[in-house]
Amino acid sequence: MLQRIYDWVDERLDITPLWRDIADHEVPEHVNPAHHFSAFVYCFGGLTFFIVVIQILSGMFLTMYYVPDIVNAWESVYYLQNEVAFGVIVRGMHHWGASLVIVMMFLHTLRVFFQGAYKKPRELNWVVGVLIFFVMLGLGFTGYLLPWDMKALFATKVGLQIAVTIPVIGEMAKTLLAGGEIIGAQTLARFFAIHVFFLPGALLALMGAHFIMIRKQGISGPL
Amino acid sequence: MAKKNEVTRRQFLNYTLTGVGGFMAAGMLMPMVRFAIDPVLKEGTEQEMVPVMDVSEITKEPQRKKFKVDQVDGWYESEVEQSAWVYKDEKDEIVALSPVCKHLGCTVDWSSNAAYPDQFYCPCHGGRYTKDGVNVPGTPPLAPLDVYKMKVEKGKLYLGKPEPR
Repeated sequence: MLQRIYDWVDERLDITPLWRDIADHEVPEHVNPAHHFSAFVYCFGGLTFFIVVIQILSGMFLTMYYVPDIVNAWESVYYLQNEVAFGVIVRGMHHWGASLVIVMMFLHTLRVFFQGAYKKPRELNWVVGVLIFFVMLGLGFTGYLLPWDMKALFATKVGLQIAVTIPVIGEMAKTLLAGGEIIGAQTLARFFAIHVFFLPGALLALMGAHFIMIRKQGISGPL
Repeated sequence: MAKKNEVTRRQFLNYTLTGVGGFMAAGMLMPMVRFAIDPVLKEGTEQEMVPVMDVSEITKEPQRKKFKVDQVDGWYESEVEQSAWVYKDEKDEIVALSPVCKHLGCTVDWSSNAAYPDQFYCPCHGGRYTKDGVNVPGTPPLAPLDVYKMKVEKGKLYLGKPEPR
């Protein structure tokens, strides 16, 4: 049945080359853990991507209940975690995934660094990778404020205090991030917008560039 | 060449990988989907009966009585105003009708249209109900007005949730 639906579409639109170009290519022997078990180190980039997918999905579902408003934010998080079925699981996925994505990204970076995989001609991909790292830190920072509990509030106060130490533009950067003079209603709305629209958009664009470059250049050779 | 009905290595790997992959994807998606559809599966909440008026004040003519009920809306609790059309019918029994039109939810008024005295009239699309709340055939509503759950205690009328009949 599925095969026939696929054939029907393929006959008209010739979709086979599309997915073959993305999915159907040889994995070199030195990257295949079946040949050399130590090749598992090549999994960390893919695992980072896998967790990013989980973060995006669980985040989308969380926004069905969460509201970015200082009166209701904490209550809505408490409600979705304690009153909604599987709320503790979905929020747990997003909470623990946020830490795990940093761990996986770090291991991926270590592999690329120690194998020298960032060297010519792959310097640009290293640069994009570092940008992805900064976007991830931004996602972590903005997401941390959203539950609007004491930990969130004071962590953000500390974070913005660090921003103040930037020479010359420090105060301005803080006001821009906080959306006002205090960390309050405007900060929460702003952090929510940055967390769910701006940074994920940037992240998807950067990941696209990261992957296109890998396809173009191939995986770096064996040591 | 593989014998007839024998599973090839490629088929076996395809089936097991699709199976394991599907199981993992389901394990990931099931909590999220159940989370999202929770409002459909939640049981409706019971509403407390609240005192609305003295029974002695109830007349044969429908009166619009407003009253406050506690409404729990997820994480947000508030007092909302509801109203009821209250009167005594021919058998001297108390009737409390919901003013929400059964067509599209506008608010009906008693005898407000000069052309239809002694009827409930909805200004949105001209829906009409007779005094007992039954919809007049040929007007938009398809069902009679909801009736409030009620009880009388110590000379006071208590109303609960409006229920369809």
